Amino acid sequence: MPTEIDRHDVQRLVAAGAQLVDVMPKAEWEESHLTGAVHVPLKKLRELAPERLDLGRAAIVYCYDSL
Amino acid sequence: MGAGLPFEGTFADEPRLSTLADHEVPTCSLDDTVADARGRLGQWDLVLVVAGPERVVLGLVRAEALGLGLGLGLGLEDDRPIAEVMQEGPSTYRPHVSATEMSQTLNDSGPVPWVMVTTLSGSVVGLVRPEKVHAAAAGAEGG
Repeated sequence: MPTEIDRHDVQRLVAAGAQLVDVMPKAEWEESHLTGAVHVPLKKLRELAPERLDLGRAAIVYCYDSL
Repeated sequence: MGAGLPFEGTFADEPRLSTLADHEVPTCSLDDTVADARGRLGQWDLVLVVAGPERVVLGLVRAEALGLGLGLGLGLEDDRPIAEVMQEGPSTYRPHVSATEMSQTLNDSGPVPWVMVTTLSGSVVGLVRPEKVHAAAAGAEGG
């Protein structure tokens, strides 16, 4: 179930082991992304998520608005 | 969301509104009164009117509308609903906008006292002074 969180939650959850997931297109990803984030472009989310994400850990998904 | 966290990438060092914005901005709700909002004015000469736990921005109230500054509005009723003095539909910008882009936008649009930053869904992120945007843009260009 998705939940909207703020920057304080992000720092707390990352410290607790959550994975950061950047869903922006490749060009934007290359320009800037949060250190340690996993890149799963939104258009390939279904295809790439199973192989790139640890499905046993919480995922913090972000795009443009979150930078 | 990313403010305070490290970035990487070819433009990772480019300052963005998310990191330039002051996140501690005064807010009130539609249920508040002029007196409530007046008591929350801080370093900013405005109070944002927000709704719900997501703090979606509905509008803003300038200090002048609260009976402060420029000698206007003296005697304004303290119990007056904030909705009656609220300025609706302020211009907002997204957190990912770079200082360079914002600086250019400000140059094109003319002087404003502040830049309001919200998420795409309208939740308040913060406020930033134009001078800070221009300075950050100049720093980015200078490397």
